[in-house]
Amino acid sequence: MSVGKKDITCPPEAIGTPVKDSDLKEGKVTYVEDHPDIRYAWTAGQAISRFLKELKNGKLIATKCNSCRRVMFPPRMFCELCFKPIDDWVYVQDTGTVQTFSISYIDPDAKPLPEPIIVAVIAVDGASPKMGIMHILDEVKPEDVYIGMKVKAVWKDEEEREGAITDIKYWKPVG
Amino acid sequence: MRVAVVGVGYSGFNANTPDLSWKELMFEAAVRAYEDAGINPRRDVDSFITCAEDIWEGFAIFDEFVPDQLGAVLKPTCTICGDFIYGLATAYMHIKSGLADIAVVEAHSKASDILTFGGAIKFAMDPVWLRQIGNAHPYYFAALEMSQYVNECCIDEEQVASVVVKNKNNARLNPSAPYSGRIGVEDVLNSPMVFDPLRKIEIAPRADGAIVFVLASDEIAKELTDLPVWLKGVGWWSETSNYDTMSFNALYAAKAAKMAYKMAGITNAAKEIDFAEVDDRFAFKEIQHIEALELSKRFETATLMAEGYFDRSGEIPVNVSGGNLGIGNLLEATGGQKSLEVVLQLRGQAGKRQLSKAETGVAQAWRYIPTASGAVAVFGV
Amino acid sequence: MIMEVEKIKGLKFAKKQDVAIVGAGMTTWKRRLNETGKELSYIAVKQALEEAGLTIDDVEMVVMGSAPDTFDGLHMKGEYLLDGSGGSDRPYMRVFVGGGTGVFAPIAGYWHVASGLADVCLVVCEEKMSSCYPHPQSGFKYIWDPILDRPLNPNLIWIFALEMRRYMHVNNIKHEDIALVSVKNKANALDHPCAQVAEKITVEDVLNSEPMALPVRRLDVSPPSDGAAALIMVAPHIARQLTDEPVWVDGVGWALDTTMWYNRDLYFPRYVAEAAKMAYKMAHITDPRKEIDVAEPYDPFDYKELHHMEGLGLARKGEAPILTREGVTARDGDLPTCPSGGLLGVGNPIAATMGVKACELYWQLAYRAGKRQVAKEVTTGVCQAWGDLMQVGTVMVMSNKR
Repeated sequence: MSVGKKDITCPPEAIGTPVKDSDLKEGKVTYVEDHPDIRYAWTAGQAISRFLKELKNGKLIATKCNSCRRVMFPPRMFCELCFKPIDDWVYVQDTGTVQTFSISYIDPDAKPLPEPIIVAVIAVDGASPKMGIMHILDEVKPEDVYIGMKVKAVWKDEEEREGAITDIKYWKPVG
Repeated sequence: MRVAVVGVGYSGFNANTPDLSWKELMFEAAVRAYEDAGINPRRDVDSFITCAEDIWEGFAIFDEFVPDQLGAVLKPTCTICGDFIYGLATAYMHIKSGLADIAVVEAHSKASDILTFGGAIKFAMDPVWLRQIGNAHPYYFAALEMSQYVNECCIDEEQVASVVVKNKNNARLNPSAPYSGRIGVEDVLNSPMVFDPLRKIEIAPRADGAIVFVLASDEIAKELTDLPVWLKGVGWWSETSNYDTMSFNALYAAKAAKMAYKMAGITNAAKEIDFAEVDDRFAFKEIQHIEALELSKRFETATLMAEGYFDRSGEIPVNVSGGNLGIGNLLEATGGQKSLEVVLQLRGQAGKRQLSKAETGVAQAWRYIPTASGAVAVFGV
Repeated sequence: MIMEVEKIKGLKFAKKQDVAIVGAGMTTWKRRLNETGKELSYIAVKQALEEAGLTIDDVEMVVMGSAPDTFDGLHMKGEYLLDGSGGSDRPYMRVFVGGGTGVFAPIAGYWHVASGLADVCLVVCEEKMSSCYPHPQSGFKYIWDPILDRPLNPNLIWIFALEMRRYMHVNNIKHEDIALVSVKNKANALDHPCAQVAEKITVEDVLNSEPMALPVRRLDVSPPSDGAAALIMVAPHIARQLTDEPVWVDGVGWALDTTMWYNRDLYFPRYVAEAAKMAYKMAHITDPRKEIDVAEPYDPFDYKELHHMEGLGLARKGEAPILTREGVTARDGDLPTCPSGGLLGVGNPIAATMGVKACELYWQLAYRAGKRQVAKEVTTGVCQAWGDLMQVGTVMVMSNKR
């Protein structure tokens, strides 16, 4: 079976041909382009449909599990820790506490943003501790944001709301 | 040490599921499976295996969205990019290597969420050699294979049509089959020729559903149930990804079957296998797969098919559930539907479809166009 | 019929057979490579087979690990890559747990051999991120929940920044201490032939580099790369024919946390701790800090190395930056960590990072790491990978003694 081991005292041997972006632009490297068209429409399901409907009404709703007594936000149809269906729907407040935050200078395609965005995980009041969602902070200077800061949601006007997470424009500090 | 199926659960199968998200579909199937097995996933299960491909789901890393609805939070969970039967093979290896006593395998299809099905399949084709050619729906790839195969084996269109007739009529006894029909050979021959020689009615339409299996080692299986169904053998094989050297004769299924039969100790499949569930997402494929499983000889299968050898009342019933032509294309859960039917038959729980002689069954699935890979599982009581 | 099965008795590791690693290989890692994914896989596999002294005909089964299809631009990319990775005409399976695939693919190779189904299993990992335009990071747009997250246009760096901030806050750690990891790994990588971004930098360079999503700055991050790596895992009787010093797999573990990452406190990677618990139990390790000689935790960001060290039990919570500052994790220290240069120094081709995690651990324990070889004597090591939305931990423990 052993067909003569090659004597490699110090693997690995680096093999590969690096190319630069300019090589592609200048046509030194052949390549093929493809722009796929693949689209989906996910059914929101029971829990998220209710969540989105309540967002349109300017409210936040969570679900409760009577076994572990957690109030879970965002809502779900089953408690993942007890592995059973949830028992009740509960409204929670649109205020919360910043758990962690970041100041982002780049967009999803890694290009620089015109203005930095403040993104945070906000634990919502009324839900169990640390039940947070990710959202944007605004009306505050980046250097003034801190973990533990109290914030409140700023909603779009009723006519503009469409039943999406963006019905909340951003969260701003209170107090 | 043997491996047994101790619980099965499924949700579906429907052409469309507008009221449930795929998470909720998975949850439903999982709850039924755990109830059937009598276990608590949070406490008893050692390994969870999902069978999914990102592009069918619409997420870049589908693995992320799996644990909550299976009860797998903070437990060993992984994703196999393959059909359900590949997942069964993985669960088998987990139990045999001692990594798990109880393993769970899940697969689902939410094909109704995909708006551009043809675009998704096209995305699987080689970007340099194949994707740029023409603008036709990728089903032409199956038509190319069919054209070569029916010419090589001298199969005429009535023989292929008899596959559709058999499966759609079988599906009428299956309450979970959305595409059943009372049809005859003339109905098939009147169906439009969409990719000559492939007719519209020979292509399985899409369906939604979720299937969850619970497997355990024989020690545990004996404690959990009186009706363990043994996973006697499993095999999987890939030919190549080059379109010009693919056998176009389901060689992957033949080799996977050999591997599974060796593990199960089966030496004469045509005598020892009582019934089979094979992949028939294109009608001609069923003929290829039956031959690959050694249930009949090459060049004889099509004739036997037209004579009713593989009917419900025939010698070796194939696709009594209705197959994919009756139930629908379930994407990666296709092998799951096949395995599900085999297990239900072996347990005597197949309702109106129940066969009288059901002790050893085979489930087989393919990875769909444009691949030449597939897997086979042998179950017995 | 509901029967009460006893609480999990812990995992029974009645292995059918032991598993050894006898060869590994990898390609060079660069931002853009001319070779196709198939060719990269082929190069890595060829090197691994040469080191082991085997040919492709000896290989019985193949496991492929490759991360999101969106980068290569192919659906069912496992099927496309199979002939380049030696999967033609044999059982071939692709596994995927996001970024954790780098150590999960060898775990999959492990169970192929341990279950007795194969005596020789080839594990290949490949990644071609440069195919994705306008930037590989664009592929990460689709990892987020389409209803709760995507409408906010999130960038991948956000979750890291949020986690880093939380880690620093709870443990009271300064950015200067975290930057030391980037300095260490990029310097270590100068000795790695395949490295993409190896260089000598200082803590000031890191703190002054371009802000991406504060507190994460450009030199805190590993770059996207193209590359491939391969490993050969065999049964004991085959290992004894090939070499006098195989490296054995002592323990494997993996765990996946809940999708709802914003419902968790991010300062501690409990998914890594769960996976490590499983692997250490299997390997009979009770005090990792003493019993592990060399470690390769996943370091896509500098703070991640510290975060994972704590998850692996190699340091108490908040202690990892202190160990780094004191030189314990340097190549000549008591617990050398990422002696290869890790992802920060060599590059980050997601699944192919197996090359600097599992493959590197193998080379270290086989004493074949050349200039990267750590100073102390090594018997047992651990490698770990992480992935998804702060969810998956995959751990493998290896040793060279039996």
